[in-house]
Amino acid sequence: MRHIIAVLLENEAGALSRVAGLFSARGYNIESLTVAPTDDPTLSRMTLVTTGNDEIVEQIKKQLNKLVDTVKLLDLSEGSHIEREMMMVKVRAERQDREELKRLADIFRANIIDVTDTSYVIEMTGASKKLDAFIDALPEGLIIEVVRSGPTGIARGAKGLTLS
Amino acid sequence: MVNEPEPQHAVGGGDDGRYAHFWPHPESDARLTTAGDPCNVTLFFNVFNVPLSSGILERRCLLAPRSIGRHGAPVERADMADASSIFPGAWAEWRSLKVALTEAQPDGAVVELSGAEIVIQALVDEGVEIVFGYPGGSVLHIYDALFKQGSLKHILVRHEQAAAHAADGYASATGKCGVCLVTSGPGATNAVTGIATAYMDSIPMVVLTGQVPTPFIGSDAFQEVDTVGITRPCVKHNFLVKDVRDLAMTIRKAFHIATTGRPGPVVIDIPKDVTDPNIKIPYVYPREIKMRSYNPVEKGHPGQIRKAVDLMLEAKRPVFYTGGGVVLGDGSAQLTELAHATGFPVTSTLMGLGAFPMTDRQFIGMLGMHGTYEANMAMHETDVLIAIGARFDDRVTGKIEHFCPHARIIHIDVDPSSIAKNVKVDVPIVGQVASVLADMLRLYQERKPSSPEAPVAEWWTKINEWRGLDCLKYDRSSAAIKPQFAVETLYKVTNGELYLTSDVGQHQMFAAQFHPFDKPRRWINSGGLGTMGYGLPAAMGVQLAHPEAQVACISGDASILMCIQELATCQQYRLPIKVVLLNNGYMGMVRQWQELFYESRYSHSYVDALPDFVKLSESFGHVGMRIERPEDLEDAMREAFAMRDRFVFLDVIVDPTENVYPMIMAGKGHHEMQLSPSHSDRELA
Ligand SMILES: Cc1cc2nc3c(=O)[nH]c(=O)nc-3n(C[C@H](O)[C@H](O)[C@H](O)COP(=O)(O)OP(=O)(O)OC[C@H]3O[C@@H](n4cnc5c(N)ncnc54)[C@H](O)[C@@H]3O)c2cc1C
Ligand SMILES: Cc1ncc(C[n+]2csc(CCOP(=O)(O)OP(=O)(O)O)c2C)c(N)n1
Ligand SMILES: [Mg+2]
Repeated sequence: MRHIIAVLLENEAGALSRVAGLFSARGYNIESLTVAPTDDPTLSRMTLVTTGNDEIVEQIKKQLNKLVDTVKLLDLSEGSHIEREMMMVKVRAERQDREELKRLADIFRANIIDVTDTSYVIEMTGASKKLDAFIDALPEGLIIEVVRSGPTGIARGAKGLTLS
Repeated sequence: MVNEPEPQHAVGGGDDGRYAHFWPHPESDARLTTAGDPCNVTLFFNVFNVPLSSGILERRCLLAPRSIGRHGAPVERADMADASSIFPGAWAEWRSLKVALTEAQPDGAVVELSGAEIVIQALVDEGVEIVFGYPGGSVLHIYDALFKQGSLKHILVRHEQAAAHAADGYASATGKCGVCLVTSGPGATNAVTGIATAYMDSIPMVVLTGQVPTPFIGSDAFQEVDTVGITRPCVKHNFLVKDVRDLAMTIRKAFHIATTGRPGPVVIDIPKDVTDPNIKIPYVYPREIKMRSYNPVEKGHPGQIRKAVDLMLEAKRPVFYTGGGVVLGDGSAQLTELAHATGFPVTSTLMGLGAFPMTDRQFIGMLGMHGTYEANMAMHETDVLIAIGARFDDRVTGKIEHFCPHARIIHIDVDPSSIAKNVKVDVPIVGQVASVLADMLRLYQERKPSSPEAPVAEWWTKINEWRGLDCLKYDRSSAAIKPQFAVETLYKVTNGELYLTSDVGQHQMFAAQFHPFDKPRRWINSGGLGTMGYGLPAAMGVQLAHPEAQVACISGDASILMCIQELATCQQYRLPIKVVLLNNGYMGMVRQWQELFYESRYSHSYVDALPDFVKLSESFGHVGMRIERPEDLEDAMREAFAMRDRFVFLDVIVDPTENVYPMIMAGKGHHEMQLSPSHSDRELA
């Protein structure tokens, strides 16, 4: 099963490599991993997506918690939560395709953020599935480049994953 | 010989304006007076000249610096006399005192120290007594600070791997944190095997590694390696200190992390510029430490403990399965009390041996691959398994599908990730062994049945039947020395008082099977990583921790050569260790597997061209003995152990064909043990 796990880490130099090293050393799957400092600059927040059966995911969480840099951990998939991923797609946009591309971007609530004579960069944010759908919807052969941030997530409701 | 000089008065000025030399009169107490302004006087260190066998006098710094107050204060003769108690056998030809004269400062004034001095002072403030190390470029500032002090004893090993193993042995024998100090690059990489060994066995250790100066990091500088990167997967945590102002706090954190929760090694990588002797900063050692990201659990959950006791009260065929965690967490007394209160049988992993007295009737032997028949059969038949500080290692469980098929499992461990890692458990309890076991005992006593033995009496009948098989029996009439006999003789000769370290192989298993330990921290070996070469340096750490104790290292002809250079360290520090080499001319454990699983194709397991171990030992200044006949063994061992102040190397020539049994083959369960050929099939059924 797919799990999305949020981790608050000490914002220390080696913290990210400890997490990455843990996954490779123990042979865990890692689909994506995003990390950035939070409003508290001493803390980073990491979101990682992994798959495995219940026992494996339980071990993954225990091992993550065991890292000395880990302050707090929450398996977002255990409750109701929101996920967002950001994507930028560079597409060939010759005259004949421009209208079609603009219409698609509108339908998916994506934005065209860079325009040249022959290309667009389209930016889009949403659940990962929606980004997949947009890529599928783009006309065959127009994609030059796709860059995705990997999902980040937050639990619904008033409670936050914070220090206290 | 240097004549004892006349009494002198210390005067300020000294070598570098801070020290003054002075020689106390042998007959009378000395009195320090200082010229000039009032100042604080600190007895800085004693220099002792210790005669070595070669006739060379060696300079040794022995005494802790101690403040003796203001000028004019008397220096007690005792301050100088106790040096001889630190190094037995050493005597002073002359002694001198070096006194540090520091400007008088109001109480509570902050001292200013360089990074190198902070390293030393922080270790002292941490209560460290011994550091195992090896110098090199990037730690020279630290070594200089080491030279100028007298509180820390530094043991110069002959290879950095040995520094880590010795610190490991020291920690294992005492429960304190082992400390080592090595240089950057090859110093650090040499230590990695020892760090990984300590990591696998959860040994508390702090390893200080030198690093190239911060501006050079990442430039492939001379003797640069990414120590933090290389050690990351085999440490509990590691640090790179980039600013001297972080040094004291980092060292405090390192000791805190290494020794609490599930212990483990912590590496502190220190770039050379951080220890610059010319940059001094105010030093205060942090007393309190709080880390928001690290809060190991102490007490077990009461609800879980209640559930566990419920299961124990219902049990018909219970077993305590105890491990290294009981030793690490000093839970031996609590375990013994609980075991006696319940009357349940106890089996232990290789790492837990001695936590429960092995000569106690309730002890049914080690379990696992080379465990006893009764222990493994009990595991197979048990209905309630109480796992305590053990991690369900594959050497212990055998094939997981066959593991304890009838049991409900209680698991006590301080590390949540040890629980349900390999085997599903019914009642997990996260907490320190000692505290959880004490809580369990209290609850059990409250609710225990009137006659505790009654419910498990039948179970004992069954266990005693298995015991009757005598699964460890071997041929006692052999003309060659059987390794089992050698271990039994070792036990007999040392009256159960031994600290025994081991290398890795058959000899390790024979020692575990045939030498009972009745106390924890007496059996010290590398279980998790199985590092050949561990035994001798570990024994050095043990002997230094317990100078008066009998310490032996059991080893094999292949293993011993992996850290043989430490014979020199043993000579330098006069460590009266006894090496008992079970010399079978083979990598016996490898040969056994090749015999059993590769149709006796002994591919590269023959240890050809062995040295003459007697001559080898003698060349290092030790006593060497070679024993070839069973009838000579006991006398030889008695003679060796009677040499209380000598290192003795016993080269015991043993039967090269002997194998370790019982054995659980790969893919088999506990009930499918293979017994030694001296047991017929009929006996098994
Ligand atoms: C050649 C060879 C053969 C071997 N054969 C066998 C064999 O036949 N049988 C055998 O048993 N082993 C054998 N071993 C050893 C084996 O590889 C493992 O090292 C050993 O079984 C692990 O012991 P343990 O489960 O006690 O765990 P340890 O490695 O000692 O781990 C201790 C556990 O206790 C926990 N713990 C630590 N401190 C505390 C505390 N204060 N409170 C609570 N919990 C704590 C830790 O989190 C950990 O889970 C062999 C090794 C070699 C090299
Ligand atoms: C550093 C290292 N290399 C290889 C091994 C694999 N190994 C395990 S036991 C063994 C043989 C040990 O031989 P010896 O020390 O003579 O002991 P014996 O089994 O003969 O008692 C080997 C090579 C190991 N455990 N450690
Ligand atoms: Mg051998």
